[in-house]
Amino acid sequence: MIKLAINGKALTTETGRTMLEVAREAGIDIPTLCSHESLPPYGSCRFCVVEVSQRGRTRIQTACTLPVGEGMEVQTHSARVLKIRKILVELMLARCPESEVLRDLARELGVPHCRFERVRGDKSPCHHCQACALVAEMPLQTPDGSPSTFVGRSGCILCGMCVRLCDDVMKIGALGFEGRGMRRRVTTPFREPSEFCITCGACSSICPTGAIELLRVRPQQPRPIPAEFELGLANRKPIYIPFPQAVPRVPIIDKDACVNFMTGGCKVCEDNCQAKAIDHAQQDRVQEVDVGTVIVATGFKTVDPRRIAYYGYGVFPGVYSALEVERLVNASGPTGGEVRLRDGRTPKSVGIIHCVGSRDKKTNRWCSRVCCMYSLKLAHLLLEHTGAEIYNFYIDMRTPGKGYEEFYDKLLSEGVHFIRGRVGEVTDWAMTPDEEGKLVIRVEDTLAGFVRRIPVDMVVLSTGLEPQADAQAVRRLFNMSCGSEGFFLERHPKLAPVNTFTEGVFLAGACQAPRDIPDTVAQAGAAAAEAMVLIDKGFTEQEPNTAYVLETECSGCKSCVPLCPYTAIAFDEAKQKAAINEALCKGCGTCVASCPSGSIGQRLFEDQQVFSEIEGVLAD
Amino acid sequence: MQNPMNAFPSPASTPRAWQPRIVAFFCNWCTYTAADLAGVSRLKYASNVRVIRLMCSGRVDPQFIVEALVKGADGVLIGGCHPGDCHYVEGNYKMLRRFRLLGRLLKDMGLEPERVRLEWISAAEGEKVKRVVNDLTEQVRKLGPLNLPQKAADWDKELAELQAQVEAAEAEPARA
Repeated sequence: MIKLAINGKALTTETGRTMLEVAREAGIDIPTLCSHESLPPYGSCRFCVVEVSQRGRTRIQTACTLPVGEGMEVQTHSARVLKIRKILVELMLARCPESEVLRDLARELGVPHCRFERVRGDKSPCHHCQACALVAEMPLQTPDGSPSTFVGRSGCILCGMCVRLCDDVMKIGALGFEGRGMRRRVTTPFREPSEFCITCGACSSICPTGAIELLRVRPQQPRPIPAEFELGLANRKPIYIPFPQAVPRVPIIDKDACVNFMTGGCKVCEDNCQAKAIDHAQQDRVQEVDVGTVIVATGFKTVDPRRIAYYGYGVFPGVYSALEVERLVNASGPTGGEVRLRDGRTPKSVGIIHCVGSRDKKTNRWCSRVCCMYSLKLAHLLLEHTGAEIYNFYIDMRTPGKGYEEFYDKLLSEGVHFIRGRVGEVTDWAMTPDEEGKLVIRVEDTLAGFVRRIPVDMVVLSTGLEPQADAQAVRRLFNMSCGSEGFFLERHPKLAPVNTFTEGVFLAGACQAPRDIPDTVAQAGAAAAEAMVLIDKGFTEQEPNTAYVLETECSGCKSCVPLCPYTAIAFDEAKQKAAINEALCKGCGTCVASCPSGSIGQRLFEDQQVFSEIEGVLAD
Repeated sequence: MQNPMNAFPSPASTPRAWQPRIVAFFCNWCTYTAADLAGVSRLKYASNVRVIRLMCSGRVDPQFIVEALVKGADGVLIGGCHPGDCHYVEGNYKMLRRFRLLGRLLKDMGLEPERVRLEWISAAEGEKVKRVVNDLTEQVRKLGPLNLPQKAADWDKELAELQAQVEAAEAEPARA
């Protein structure tokens, strides 16, 4: 352990650490522009200079590269240190007067203006300084249009963080230094656009002065990663918390976008995580859990509104699906609850089209049951948030639930418009000046009896519910049945509404049929109770119609053995006869029908019984 | 005017006219339930079909089909789950194999293979039960009565006559 003092404060620490680390830990702020958790100390910006006294000698050293030593006495803000920092900031400002970070630093250090001429190829004086713009508002413009392939804008302070990050951390090496002295600059090899750059954006995000333009490193538009939970209305990072209510609420890494999985580098998040909870070497694990009962609650998906081409989803930016609007009105959504269109405007009129992908022979025939109510909810919220004119286009208003009809009445009194009729199309073809720049909803008003054109700013499509895309795979997995529309089938609609045809497998929620949250909660409770009954009982009843082998008849041909889907038939080598395990047998009778010697019988469905039945049904 | 509710003449209402008799073997989990659904949905279908419930179409022994035809049925319908839908995983595939084989056998025996039909009808397809039953009934009606018991008796008689002729012919040269 080492004893030292920073600004007169006595500290103890272990060897092998840097002065900057120890000072930061002690809560002493040392300004620096070039230190980063993922990069080793480099000492290029030199802002972290401190005055160190040891064994009677005093020197000026950069704290980031200074290893702590026994008996050091350190001054981080002495007059000498401050003077050096002031000169440093002035020098850097001369080079990059636009940098907001440097101007803030200068303000903190009390530097009124910089006295140096700006050093660039033409050696022209810093024209920004003439107005002494350090404290005044200075436009943060980029000197665009310059033909230079100089990667950093004029704001580069040559700290080298981008170069080191790109090379050592990201393992890409698209950037490097070029030239010496005044001609030193950050650039790509041969000042050509780099082929190796993967537009990860690490260089531009780490740059302390915001000097790097990604487009100059590689002239390829970086593709943002759309956030799945925000339905693409916002972007996310390769490491992200899936959604605010996620359980457990921990970040996950998108292996397809994370640089570590491309180059083996980066791991900046690992360096930043103080709990050391991030492990890039972690592998997917498949866990097998033995259970006696299963509740299938795999849910639904909403109809893709692109399937109904005449509503213009994906064509007109003003057409939204209901789920997207749900994110827009949400206080934790991408806009913080402010309803803004994709072009930034607040809508003055909104059309909500009901039954999109429901009650339609071209898509899904069934009523999705929840859309009327969520449309009313969205109408209410949109009205509250924007005060816009809201139009609902409905076929029938279906409000079958506690308090639902009252809510509908409330909306009617709030002044929301309801137009009965299925919308024909959404178009941007304006016929009158009123319709210019708006989306026009063409609909036959079946109550008024004529076709109307209603111009709106925003169209909301109330998409219906349909089975999950992989519902068939799940169905096969659990040996369940499906209705013709693809929702899982209950054993009996009234007498066994949460049971399936497979013992021990229960259903809950919209995987069985479209249903709203209260109904799903009620059904889930019922399914859990049914599962508990089975668990408590501890056994299931065996099928009464199992098959058995007549040992005296069996010739031991083994043709039944591979037929059994439940591997209930074994071959008794000692007796040279087939043997059926009745605990495994489900009583399908496939082996019975295929036994060449007729030596397998099935209880309740004996051959003789069936023959008698045939005789019976054919008797006049 | 004919009452639409009586669109399908039942054998009881017209006792004299010939009516096809069809034996149906329905899987307990799909087609039998679908037939139930057809009933619950008040769908009307021809009453010529007499249903025998089995646990799975895989339980249908080809003997059952032949036995039904021999005992006087004019057609046989087998209803199983859609491929991949079998309650017992794969019983319907096993039935399909047997059905193909039996079809060839029936053809060789001089029977119209159209009299025996295998259909995949899921528990939700009450409508399909109605359609298939009506369709098969009409098809069998067109083919006419099979009347295998009578035919068998005729064949026996024919055979006996031939036997007698042969015996007579054998006896003649002996006399001569």
